[in-house]
Amino acid sequence: MIPVSWFVVLTLFLFSIGALGFIVRRNVIIMLICIEIMLNAVNISLVAFGRALEHTVAHVLVFFVIAVAAAEAAIGLALVVLLFKKTREVHMDEFRLLKG
Amino acid sequence: MEYVIWIPFLPLIAATITLIFGKWYIRKQAHWLPCIAVFGSFLLSFKALLDVIGGARANFDLYSWVIADTFHAAVGFQIDPLSVLMLAMVSFLSFLIHVYSIGYMEDDPGYYRFFAYISLFTFSMLMLVSANNFLQLFFGWEAVGLCSYLLIGFWYQKKSAADAAKKAFIVNRFGDFGFALGVFLVFLTFGSIYYEDVFARVHEIAHTTVNVLGVEVLLATLIAVLLFCGAMGKSAQFPLHVWLPDAMEGPTPVSALIHAATMVTAGVFMVCRCHEIFELSHVAMAIVAAAGMITCFMAATIAPTQFDIKRVIAYSTLSQLGYMFMACGVGAFAAGMFHLFTHAFFKALLFLGAGSVMHAMHHAPDPTDMRYMGGLRKYMPITFATFLIASLSISGIPGLAGFFSKDEILWLSFVSEYPWGKLVWFVGTVVAGLTAFYSFRVVFMTFFGEFRGKEVLHGHEPHESPSVMTIPLMILAVGAVVTGWLGVPHVLGGHNHFAKFLEPVLGHPHINLPYWLYGKKEWIELFLMAISVGVGVLGIAVAYVVYVKKPELQRLIPERYPALYRYLYNKWYWDEIYDATIVKPTFFTARSIVQGVVDSILIEGVVNGLPDLIRRGGESLRRLQNGVVQTYALIMATGAAVVLLLVYFF
Repeated sequence: MIPVSWFVVLTLFLFSIGALGFIVRRNVIIMLICIEIMLNAVNISLVAFGRALEHTVAHVLVFFVIAVAAAEAAIGLALVVLLFKKTREVHMDEFRLLKG
Repeated sequence: MEYVIWIPFLPLIAATITLIFGKWYIRKQAHWLPCIAVFGSFLLSFKALLDVIGGARANFDLYSWVIADTFHAAVGFQIDPLSVLMLAMVSFLSFLIHVYSIGYMEDDPGYYRFFAYISLFTFSMLMLVSANNFLQLFFGWEAVGLCSYLLIGFWYQKKSAADAAKKAFIVNRFGDFGFALGVFLVFLTFGSIYYEDVFARVHEIAHTTVNVLGVEVLLATLIAVLLFCGAMGKSAQFPLHVWLPDAMEGPTPVSALIHAATMVTAGVFMVCRCHEIFELSHVAMAIVAAAGMITCFMAATIAPTQFDIKRVIAYSTLSQLGYMFMACGVGAFAAGMFHLFTHAFFKALLFLGAGSVMHAMHHAPDPTDMRYMGGLRKYMPITFATFLIASLSISGIPGLAGFFSKDEILWLSFVSEYPWGKLVWFVGTVVAGLTAFYSFRVVFMTFFGEFRGKEVLHGHEPHESPSVMTIPLMILAVGAVVTGWLGVPHVLGGHNHFAKFLEPVLGHPHINLPYWLYGKKEWIELFLMAISVGVGVLGIAVAYVVYVKKPELQRLIPERYPALYRYLYNKWYWDEIYDATIVKPTFFTARSIVQGVVDSILIEGVVNGLPDLIRRGGESLRRLQNGVVQTYALIMATGAAVVLLLVYFF
């Protein structure tokens, strides 16, 4: 039986990769993928804790997260396509319309 | 005697309905409801008067207004000789003047408004006089002030009328401030604002003193003087007299009802009502007498120089109010009330007569200027006859109302126990002569000689007023004669019913004669009477010579003593003095300190400074929002990390 701390370390690495990628990469598609990585890191930790603590709610919650992630990806990619059609640009630091 | 509640409430109902429905539905018929309501309250007042004469008394609360710990205030009625007398007089005069107004206010665009206001005034005045506690007295006091304001400014399109209304209201504020303090002090001292509680325990404070700004004064003096402040405002006594002459901007029936017969006498009524408090303090009595004497004399010297018929009568009102206060100031409260009562009739008559004259002259640019009148006797005989009766009455010609009440005051002041009694008598006698002079100056300038207004009337002939106006004049003329017969003194074979009727409330004055004069009391009274009648006749004679026989004498005083004449013509410069000492400094303080410092620096500093601070804070914070999603993510992540670290370590 793999101890739960291994999973925690794994998800920590995965989440950090996702967060760091979201912050440093300029490409919108990469950023979306990074969001997916973070979400999946969370999923893994949820499943791990759920099994260790023998709690089914965590497993159910994972399905919700997957559903939200799917929706997010669909909307996010649609936005990216529209943005690209309008501006021929997929680099996030070029979009500063909401500058205060 | 529960029915007395309808005496004030009938006019209130009429006023409310007229005010709400008058403009669109009642319009030209607006006089019916108020007239009927006021007539109803007159009938009820008369019934109450008969009941009180028959020995009935009433003192009950209708509705508890405030109950807070020991403070208890209610809408309540006290029916005793004093209040029932005022009720009967006010409702009777109010009814006559309502009827007169039907003719006088005809075709005025504010017809319904006039009747609503004047009914509301009647309600307020009746509440004032029938109160059984100080708070309701104060309520009535302020309500009549409000109606006075509304009616002086009735023709609010005219700037002078609007200004006069404001002046009346603001000057009254000074007096009412003192009056309110007086009522507070009454409650503080006695723990009750009911007349019967206060007056039953008033002797307890006979020797109580309080420290006012380092000076020990009698508590009674303080209460009485504060209450008298209100009377000075409402009854236009020196130094708060300046509003009354200006109040003549209102319609003439208003001048007759409010600014001559009823509202302005509220001060005298109040002093009489609280006479137990005033009598405890010689200082307060002296102040009452002094205010009365100064006003009385001052107004009587100003009146002969004015050309506006209403202003002359207004100064005459001031002067007669001074007379009433003089009577109160020597302890002759019943005599003061008697003069109030007779004065109400002949002064209302004088004003309504003047109104009738103005009605005849309404084509003139200034229908109140006596220089364009003259000879109106031929055109308006009824007005002339009634006006003459009123003038004879006010001049103290024997047999008429003014004679009895005035001589009662002069006699009682001459033999008063107060040391200033003789002075009051002297001033009163001098003023009696001046009164006769200026009253007949009006009669002669208006009704005698040649008509001088042909050019200003552009071919219109002056005409007698309609009978809806002359009938009230005739009724009042009867009143101006017979009301005096209620108080015929013993020396003339009468029984002085009036004073006896009021004795349960007002007591009777103490007569103080040297012992060696005791047997000659009647002779002294007759002698004083002869003096005042002589002075009155002399005044009329001088007026006749100056204004009918030898008109060139009119220029004598202005040419010989121009400074004196200017001084009197400009009303002793009181308006200018107040303008320089109160109005201008107030404006200066308002503009430079209140507006310049408090408003534009303090208040605007806070009001504008706060948004300024927020805007500047926002300016610097907005740089954070650079529009780059990744920056936000970084900040969010940093924040989350910080929170996690905090949770972990603490």
